[in-house]
Amino acid sequence: MKTMYEEPPVTAPRSAGEPVVEMRDISITFGSVRALDNVSLRLLPGEVHALMGENGAGKSTLIKALTGVYSIDSGTILVGGEDHRFSTPAAAQAAGISTVYQEVNLVPNLTVAENMLLGREPRRFGGIDVRAMNRRARSTLERLGLDIDPRSTLGDHPIAVQQLVAIARAVDVEARVLILDEPTSSLDTDEVVKLFEVMRRLRDTGVAVVFVSHFLDQIYEIADRMTILRNGRLVEERMVAATTQLELVKLMIGRELEVLDRLDRQRARTHEDAVPVLQAIGLSRKGSLEATDLSLYDGEVVGVAGLLGSGRTELARLLFGADTADHGSLEIRSHRRRLRSPRHAIDRKVAFSSEDRKAEGVIGDLSVADNMLLALQASRGWLRPIPQATRNRLVAEYIEALDIRPADPQALMRNLSGGNQQKVLLARWLITEPDVLILDEPTRGIDIGAKAQIQAKVAELAERGMSVVFISAELEEVLRLSDRVVVMRDRRKIAERRNEGVSISDVLEIIAGESRAEESPHD
Amino acid sequence: MSTLTAPVTTSLWDRVRGFSPPARFLPVIVTFALFVGMFGAGGVRYDGFADPQVFLSLLLDNSFLIVLAVGMTFVILAGGIDLSVGSVVALSTMIAAKTLQMGWSPYLSIVAVLAVATLLGTLMGLLIHYFEIQPFVATLAGLFLARGLTYLISVESIPITDATFSELAFKTIELPGGYYTTWAVVIAIATVVVAAYVLARTRFGRTVYAVGGNEASALLMGLRVAWVKVGVYAISGFCAGLGGLLFALYTLSGYSLHAVGMELDAIAAVVIGGTLLTGGRGYVVGSLIGVLVLGTIQTFISFDGGLSSWWTRIAIGVLLLVFVVVQRLMTRRQT
Repeated sequence: MKTMYEEPPVTAPRSAGEPVVEMRDISITFGSVRALDNVSLRLLPGEVHALMGENGAGKSTLIKALTGVYSIDSGTILVGGEDHRFSTPAAAQAAGISTVYQEVNLVPNLTVAENMLLGREPRRFGGIDVRAMNRRARSTLERLGLDIDPRSTLGDHPIAVQQLVAIARAVDVEARVLILDEPTSSLDTDEVVKLFEVMRRLRDTGVAVVFVSHFLDQIYEIADRMTILRNGRLVEERMVAATTQLELVKLMIGRELEVLDRLDRQRARTHEDAVPVLQAIGLSRKGSLEATDLSLYDGEVVGVAGLLGSGRTELARLLFGADTADHGSLEIRSHRRRLRSPRHAIDRKVAFSSEDRKAEGVIGDLSVADNMLLALQASRGWLRPIPQATRNRLVAEYIEALDIRPADPQALMRNLSGGNQQKVLLARWLITEPDVLILDEPTRGIDIGAKAQIQAKVAELAERGMSVVFISAELEEVLRLSDRVVVMRDRRKIAERRNEGVSISDVLEIIAGESRAEESPHD
Repeated sequence: MSTLTAPVTTSLWDRVRGFSPPARFLPVIVTFALFVGMFGAGGVRYDGFADPQVFLSLLLDNSFLIVLAVGMTFVILAGGIDLSVGSVVALSTMIAAKTLQMGWSPYLSIVAVLAVATLLGTLMGLLIHYFEIQPFVATLAGLFLARGLTYLISVESIPITDATFSELAFKTIELPGGYYTTWAVVIAIATVVVAAYVLARTRFGRTVYAVGGNEASALLMGLRVAWVKVGVYAISGFCAGLGGLLFALYTLSGYSLHAVGMELDAIAAVVIGGTLLTGGRGYVVGSLIGVLVLGTIQTFISFDGGLSSWWTRIAIGVLLLVFVVVQRLMTRRQT
């Protein structure tokens, strides 16, 4: 029994004193990608510290650097003033740094007590002392104010309780630092309240709690301080109370309100009487999207803006049939369609390029040519191979049009840079000559040059009559390309504007403003 | 019965009636009920089936399979599979027969068998963990290797004539009521008891469940994943060696064609015993009952006389299918 009960004195103000963990100038490189670039983080005893940033900002990498899952290339990690570098999660745990990862990862078939003490069970005569184990588990649970029978089977409890048990497990090791990575993503409101109660309790006993969440309102409810990351860099460390939501969103997305050179292209004509090529009416799916309407006309780019978790990807997946909708309908060229699978969508000339290109798009061990022709071949059916001459012509054409490097159709996909992989994926769908192209984060994690090329290509396609849904976390991009902008938040569409004189700050205000409306006392 | 507990407000019967076992024991209970039901049906149908000695023979004829199933339970609980155990049984009988023929002390011979079998298991475990080879492939290689080594020692069957082995094989243990059993059964039951203790009451055992449940999380929980993953194959190897020794006692010979396909019987017994094939869920007691269920099917057929012995295989196949489907339904309900 060390640290936890000795400090801080009850009278000391919270968030005072020496940092329990200080990470200085941490850098990590994966291959050619700099995942963290001179990032620093301070955790004080007795605070809830929010780690903020969009996807790919480096939050998880920073956590894993601290807990010994990744090794750091440079920088120092001080724990209680001493230099530490953990090589395994177990070593970090032994030093009082406990982590509860996003998914509940305990063993459902064992009891609550067994889960809490797995790997450090009290022993007697070489075997596990079950009574002592249950006793210890019960006292820890009580300390957290949780009424859970330690002898019950973990899997019999709802996910929320399992999550709390995971936290109890993390706390049982006399944690000085407790890292909670998205603990609330699968909890409902009451359960979040319970979780926050436990977090406050721990904070008051002097634990530094690190809280990662995409829900801004939760950050404002529970966190004292926050560190904001963007693109693997530290943006700022701030007191939560001294930062408005608008400021926070700006810091996370990170565009100064600089004047942007708009792409010189003709905006799509008005379409009062036109028939939409794709129309979603009240499309919804439980737990991923609330009822949403969306119309898409020929030759237009509709940008979708919103923070991570706002429902933008979910919308795209529903439009493509990758997920099936619970309610609402989808009309393609005013025919009502039920998309049960992506195959249906492809047959109706709707194409979708996923945000997760590693898992859902790129096939690393196939050549550039094979990757490009995959969708076309799939839509033709496997019994009708594409003639070799056509293959060569198409591949050469798109390699040139998108400036893919190396310009070698036989190069293995995995050897290409992220930007070039993305271009190949774009080509894959363009080859099928779709009417509707849904692009989810087509420019994430790729360099400026490739970005501009992809943007230009999208603009060109729209001018030739293709309809594009363009989803991006970068507002600048969305505004630059779109004819109309749809703003999403909390899994629903909250605004739709024609992109005439809409500025980044307008969109930010829509995103941030919505929450203020929610906080107003009328409900 | 209720008269005995009269002063208590809730009678024993009420408590029995109100008792519901945790869901995690359900598969084992189902298997046990199946076994009791089958044995009862046999007793009604055939004369002499219900004799306790039939039950004891069940243990006697399947002692080696019980030991194999115990080892297999560890491996499957940890999320793996071990296809090599049948071949290792054959290799073990052959090593025992050959060394005894060469005039080794029976004790030295036993140690040699167990050491070789454990070593083989450990090697496969190391391959599986450190080279990330699929357990199916690594142990398939082990299957061929062990069978091949058996042929290398001798193609012919070698009889075991050693006095100690013969005595162990034939000596019976008298039980009250005129029943008897053998040392092989005692060893098999002892293996089950030790294994059950290890799985339920040691850190190693608990970690086996955690690794089988989700290996990545087990690692993040700071558990000794490598130790357990290699350990279960070492245990399975040891059990295959021990099972081989029991099989040598049963047949008093070493032969390269012994125990062909026995690994599949062991896997079937484990699955029928309620252990989830994907790991993390199950009990060694279940595997024991699983073996008994398989044995009962065989006893049925030998009592009937009119049925072809291939009905054993068909019955096992059907049972296996039913259990896997039941398991799938149960886990689906929970997730």
